[in-house]
Amino acid sequence: MSRTTTRFAFIGKLEGLPIAMVLAVMYVVFIFTAPSVFTGYRIYMSFFQTVPPMLVCAIGLTFIITAGEIDLSFPAVVALSGFVFTWCFKNLNAPWIGFILALAAGALVGYINGLLVARLRVPSIMATLAAQFFWYGVTVLIAGGLQIDIGAITTTTIHTIFVGRLFGVFPVQALWSLGLVAFFWFILNRHTFGEAIMFIGDNAEVARVMGINVETTRIQLFTMHGVIAAFAGLLLTMEINVFFPTQGQGMLLPVMAAVFIGGTSIAGGQGVMVGTFFGSYIIGSLEAGVVATGIGGYWVQLVEGLVMAASVILNVVIGEEGVSILARTARKWAVPAQAPPGEDSGGRKHA
Amino acid sequence: MAEPPQERTALRMVNIEKYFGSVCALKDINFEVGHNEIVGLIGDNGAGKSTLVKILTGVFAPTSGDLYIADRKVETNSYTVKKAHALGIETVYQDKSLGEKQVMWRNFFIGREMTYPFGFLKVRQEKAIASEIMVNTIGFRGKGIGVESKANKLSGGERQGVAIGRAMHFEAELIILDEPTVALSLKEVRKVLNFVHKIKDAGKACIYISHNISDVYEIADRFIVIDRGEIVASITKAKISLKELDEFLLEYSHGLKDKVQP
Ligand SMILES: Nc1ncnc2c1ncn2[C@@H]1O[C@H](COP(=O)(O)OP(=O)(O)O)[C@@H](O)[C@H]1O
Ligand SMILES: [Mg+2]
Repeated sequence: MSRTTTRFAFIGKLEGLPIAMVLAVMYVVFIFTAPSVFTGYRIYMSFFQTVPPMLVCAIGLTFIITAGEIDLSFPAVVALSGFVFTWCFKNLNAPWIGFILALAAGALVGYINGLLVARLRVPSIMATLAAQFFWYGVTVLIAGGLQIDIGAITTTTIHTIFVGRLFGVFPVQALWSLGLVAFFWFILNRHTFGEAIMFIGDNAEVARVMGINVETTRIQLFTMHGVIAAFAGLLLTMEINVFFPTQGQGMLLPVMAAVFIGGTSIAGGQGVMVGTFFGSYIIGSLEAGVVATGIGGYWVQLVEGLVMAASVILNVVIGEEGVSILARTARKWAVPAQAPPGEDSGGRKHA
Repeated sequence: MAEPPQERTALRMVNIEKYFGSVCALKDINFEVGHNEIVGLIGDNGAGKSTLVKILTGVFAPTSGDLYIADRKVETNSYTVKKAHALGIETVYQDKSLGEKQVMWRNFFIGREMTYPFGFLKVRQEKAIASEIMVNTIGFRGKGIGVESKANKLSGGERQGVAIGRAMHFEAELIILDEPTVALSLKEVRKVLNFVHKIKDAGKACIYISHNISDVYEIADRFIVIDRGEIVASITKAKISLKELDEFLLEYSHGLKDKVQP
């Protein structure tokens, strides 16, 4: 290999590169079109406050989609966990118990989803759609349809730990969600669980004959996503100091969009955790950004759609192959005389 | 065929039956594979060959019957693929051996990863070993295929090469090949057959399933014919020529037809 080859080779290995470029271009455009907003730090602090719950849900959904499944019920978990937490805080004055119970409630919802999908073989889109209605229904019912104000939460330790402000300005939840991205990157890419998820999403039959317990892994997967979504609900509820029964309702499509524009394919078999991170920030800052440019409210969705489409197309076109083609082209420019490596079809045989 | 002094079997099935719901896929299966025997399993589509393979590799539990591996009885209800691997049983499938979108080093170790505590992968070690197998055992040299390549970049023959190389690495005592040559070119089929010869030379056992009778005839010591879930013949190679075997199978299927429509 020539030095130029190795110099460009790392590009292909940078996970989530296309989508990071989209995010960068987007912010540059905003800085030029809405300088008064995007040259100050406040807008970014507000993103660090609003994006984390969405990003956390997207982390779990990345696993789900990698496994070739879908989960439409996480918005209901966001609501349910928020309710459980607020109820415990309000009635028992026990935020930590509420915290644990909220996560447990998420685990329960996810576990039942997992049982339906893995044991009864209900397609996940149907099982989790039903779960979405059911658990929202449960939440609304037990909450009596009312919102619960927990303003007193702001003086508690748990509030400071999860949604406090570092140096008085920086929302701590941004660090939590970033930490989770890093942790779950390792689980997906460097752990037997993540590997099992990838093989199951790729071809469950291959996973099975190679010794993966497909059913158990699927149950664990949905349970894990339940817990993750419950944590997102906790961040959301603590941040806004109030539980309202419809919370999480608007999250389904943006979170799915974040995962897809991040480069995780609906076909299953591979997930891009870093892409999910950047995708969430794109989705989470797009609307505010477009509004700030002042082009008018009617344009917002249209521009959002364009950016999403561009990201997805970029991922497909400049996916792993695309990047290596770019690298090869760049190499050709650098060393014109060098012949490109042949893509011989069947003849890769040893002597 | 020269028998070894102490008679051992790699595998023995006693009265194995398998039902899928009310459908009987295997009925009264009794057979064994000697410790250094190559058995060719022959039968039409849907005869139950793959089902039989999946029972002895721990994918399915049989509905009833006993399974012995290396002369030891296996608890069929708690038998799994992992246990089959531990007992030295490796399988190469036509199309189910590799995850298409997964890189080679993952494909080598899937299901029995090398790990640190808490299940984190020893990626560096896995890659090193996978690379060693690919270059030295399978013979990928240079041509742009490495441990970071995804399975969908490989030709059919290369895929089977990887699946076979993997089986060899994990020191199989019994290797099962379930229609491994379906999508392969003649040259690639030859490689697979040569590999089966190597299994024989190494003193291991093998079950080889194929629709190509001349392939099966070349490598097998004994032929087992299975039809609609039942074993209908077991013939050693010494007792039959390829032509006779071919004719037998042909006549047999005619004979059955006659029975069905008297
Ligand atoms: N997982 C399964 N569920 C239900 N029926 C099955 C399953 N696997 C195989 N069968 C049935 O068992 C019979 C034998 O199939 P198989 O073992 O795949 O045959 P072969 O490999 O000889 O072509 C067929 O009738 C098939 O439909
Ligand atoms: Mg078959």
